[in-house]
Amino acid sequence: MEHYINLGLKAMFLENMALAYFLGMCSLLACSKKVDTAIGLGLAVVFVQVLTVPLNNLMLHYLLAEGALTWISPALASVDLSFLSFILFIATIAAATQVVEMAVDRYAPGLYNTLGVFLPLIAVNCVILGGSLFMQERDYSFPESVVFGVSSGAGFAIAIIALAAIREKLTYANVPAGLRGLGITFVSAGLMSLAFMVFSGIQL
Amino acid sequence: MSTASTVRSGGWRLDSHERAALFDPLLVNNPIGVQVLGICSALAVTTRMDKALVLSIGVVLVTVLANLAVSLIRERVPTSIRIIVMLAIIASLVIVFDQVLKATMYELSLELSVFVGLIITNCIVMGRAEGFAMNNPPRLSMLDGLGNGLGYALVLMLVAFTRELLGAGKLFGVTVLPLVKDGGWYMPNGLMLLAPSALFIIAGLIWALRTWKPQLQEKD
Repeated sequence: MEHYINLGLKAMFLENMALAYFLGMCSLLACSKKVDTAIGLGLAVVFVQVLTVPLNNLMLHYLLAEGALTWISPALASVDLSFLSFILFIATIAAATQVVEMAVDRYAPGLYNTLGVFLPLIAVNCVILGGSLFMQERDYSFPESVVFGVSSGAGFAIAIIALAAIREKLTYANVPAGLRGLGITFVSAGLMSLAFMVFSGIQL
Repeated sequence: MSTASTVRSGGWRLDSHERAALFDPLLVNNPIGVQVLGICSALAVTTRMDKALVLSIGVVLVTVLANLAVSLIRERVPTSIRIIVMLAIIASLVIVFDQVLKATMYELSLELSVFVGLIITNCIVMGRAEGFAMNNPPRLSMLDGLGNGLGYALVLMLVAFTRELLGAGKLFGVTVLPLVKDGGWYMPNGLMLLAPSALFIIAGLIWALRTWKPQLQEKD
């Protein structure tokens, strides 16, 4: 149990997807003008991340990794298809986003109105693909991948909501003309990233 | 962007559309500084110039070839499935690049870890395929891909240059400023090797670009 809590905290704070690895920067910068939008996108990322990381973990262990195909026939034990992981992961992600979008639209119209615009965007969000690739690189087991999916998604959500809150306050600041908009957002994200580094002192 | 499908051209001479497609993204319409595309996957590799160079080469190759492929099939693909078709093309190109990298520079490919795979979701590749190659002929699309790839590489190399020089006193792994701990005079700036510095450097670049070209400033 302790192992999973550590893994979760690590993915959420120490190795925050947005602030330590710069993943999902495009949406972090583009969708953080208002807190409401940021909450919507953050929730959508958590949602999709929880689905796709474990799904890709199953893909990896039952289709791609060396010896994964033995459940079809023992003759396939030496087949190693892991070089195909990029294309299969992105296909899973695109399909999962599509399914999630349709399901949310059908069963939770309220949620769909909040998330709707962001779901298709998420298919090409680096956080999602990055989560699956980190899962492959670090060789997570299935339960680990579930924990990693939840907490890395939540880490991104925390980052984008906090950045949006800062940007709303910044509307009242007198920023130099050349830094307005994009520039000052980079500076704020940099300062947040610096602030998140305090967590790296924690021993897990 | 006006379509240039009527412009006939050949050989090595570039007409005005082609020149614009190739050179505009370098400064005037830089993908990172102006279009805000593709910052996602690459900032983490800018601690050293060799890593940044390899990733830049990857992005340039993938952007050029993806633009070419998308432009060649643009009239045969139904619009409803175009995104998944583009993703398949881009992912295949990235797989080839990744395999070549693993075969030739194994050590470096380990250090780049997931960031080679993340070229797939780099917004530049997708953005140019969707925004330009879907509506333009192959030759022009290739030049646009090359221009945007190089514009991206330019920013990446600038950031990596600053970080490696100030953070470790080296360029491409060769010592330029001898460090104090090795008996030299330069005291390295440790912040430069940490994640936040990349964001500050980009902010500085954007500030400089927008002071030089005031029409790019945001009016909010």
